[in-house]
Amino acid sequence: MAHEAVLRWHDAGTSRIPFAAYTDDALHREELARLFYKGHWCYVGLEAEIPDAGDFKRTSIGERSVIMVRDANGTDVHVVENACAHRGVAFCRERHGNRKEFTCPYHQWSYTLNGDLQGVPFRRGVKQDGKVNGGMPADFRPAEHGLTKLKVAVRGGVVFASFDHDVEPLEDFIGPAVLHYFDRIFDGRKLRILGYNRQRIPGNWKLMQENIKDPYHPGLLHTWFVTFGLWRADNKSQLVMDDHHRHAAMISTRGAQGQAEQVTQVSSFKASMQLQDPRFLDIVPEPWWGGPTAVMTTLFPSVILQQQVNSVSTRQIIPDGHGSFDFVWTHFGFEDDTPEMTQRRLRQANLFGPAGFVSADDGEVIELSQMSFEARPSHRTLVELGGREVGNTDHMVTETLIRGMYQYWREVMEA
Amino acid sequence: MSFDDYMALTRLHADYARAVDSGNWDLWPGFFTDDCVYRIQPRENHERGFPLATLSFESKGMLMDRVYGIKETLFHDPYYQRHVVGAPLVHKDDGERIECEANYAVFRTKFNELTSVYNVGRYIDTVVRTPEGLKFASRLVVYDSEMIPNSLIYPL
Repeated sequence: MAHEAVLRWHDAGTSRIPFAAYTDDALHREELARLFYKGHWCYVGLEAEIPDAGDFKRTSIGERSVIMVRDANGTDVHVVENACAHRGVAFCRERHGNRKEFTCPYHQWSYTLNGDLQGVPFRRGVKQDGKVNGGMPADFRPAEHGLTKLKVAVRGGVVFASFDHDVEPLEDFIGPAVLHYFDRIFDGRKLRILGYNRQRIPGNWKLMQENIKDPYHPGLLHTWFVTFGLWRADNKSQLVMDDHHRHAAMISTRGAQGQAEQVTQVSSFKASMQLQDPRFLDIVPEPWWGGPTAVMTTLFPSVILQQQVNSVSTRQIIPDGHGSFDFVWTHFGFEDDTPEMTQRRLRQANLFGPAGFVSADDGEVIELSQMSFEARPSHRTLVELGGREVGNTDHMVTETLIRGMYQYWREVMEA
Repeated sequence: MSFDDYMALTRLHADYARAVDSGNWDLWPGFFTDDCVYRIQPRENHERGFPLATLSFESKGMLMDRVYGIKETLFHDPYYQRHVVGAPLVHKDDGERIECEANYAVFRTKFNELTSVYNVGRYIDTVVRTPEGLKFASRLVVYDSEMIPNSLIYPL
């Protein structure tokens, strides 16, 4: 355990997280190995991004470049590593496109879309003056030199992949409690891609998982939510985890109880404040919500699924060293959306993303956390709202999901 | 387009840049018509025909709501921004509406930090003549920058 030297936990629990969990390169590499490359399913994209045979999208799992591609038959989705089996070249530079095969530019090794090696120039040498020069050894077997093929699982149009072919089935990985909320969004309807937002956040990747496992902050940091009545501490709500406590769903239903300032405790709350253009909050309930107006789902370690009223998106976490990650937002709608509903989703997207009224500040506080972690790695954070235990709740006044995630983290990282 | 009209258009671009670099955000909506469109969109979405924008506003009211957000609700590390805007390239002028575009680079400076290139792209504009002078009926900000360095708070 490379991290023992730097990581000192307060006790056997996880209510105080060492700053060093966010600041150490060796620990970060160990996390990539144990959390992103082994034993876990990571998000790679949506099937709707690659609708036709040969369509591909380049993305990353952890810090390894991968390609999600639809096979020539038009049905199967493959995920292969973007690294030539010959000299390791990350051969695919386009971010999306359509191919019949993959070819590395360096020596023209070519691969089928599922990653099988099919062409090696000069494999049998070059004939010159009656003799054959060079070529690969006689025992060279193309079948042994394909691209790294990942295990793939598709559910409801969402594509996950794993470098670990022994990983448990996706449904078991997510677990029934959280899978229920996954299936609520991805219920088989065809998705329609609305577009992307990309931001680079100078903080440790785990902080983004923590942010969406933290119902303490929305009504306090996101003043906009409170000002315009979209978030209230007395909203009917629920926190649900899988049995391992690695994934979670924060489920809330917008209420209309009482005067907002009685429950928000936000001094800057302005009850009289009105939007100049109320279309930002032109919310129309949809049948598939089944009640909750917002469900934020964290799937550890790689993705967050967002339903905030009519705005739905996936938010992919791509780490880049211990102190930075890329956060890629894919907003989508559903095939049967009316033009008005599409417009509504696009308008409400102003609330989210790197410039969002209620999301821009998340990246900002993550950066400020990381700054102080780096300066004082021997210290620790305090996540004791709602106690020191881990468990599902029927309220939001707790940091139990963060404690749960670190309980699981310790199990894996200290094994 | 007459020399005077081109001068007025150039002046609009320069005034806009000064306004959004001044820190006085209330100046910003005044450059637009009441039913304006203002969108900041990644080049990727623009070229692939995806409608999502990083910010997408459809009225001067929405711009005013953004100003309120910047001033009152959005927590962010403060920064200076500085626009360098190229000469406008006029595609069309029918006497009422001018269709034009201009390259821009925006630099960001945080307290105690070096200045960095923050966002680079082009404005694709529709400018209309009004009794109060030239106004943007539409300003589409298409940015090349692949990554937003953490957040985007102020108008580009």
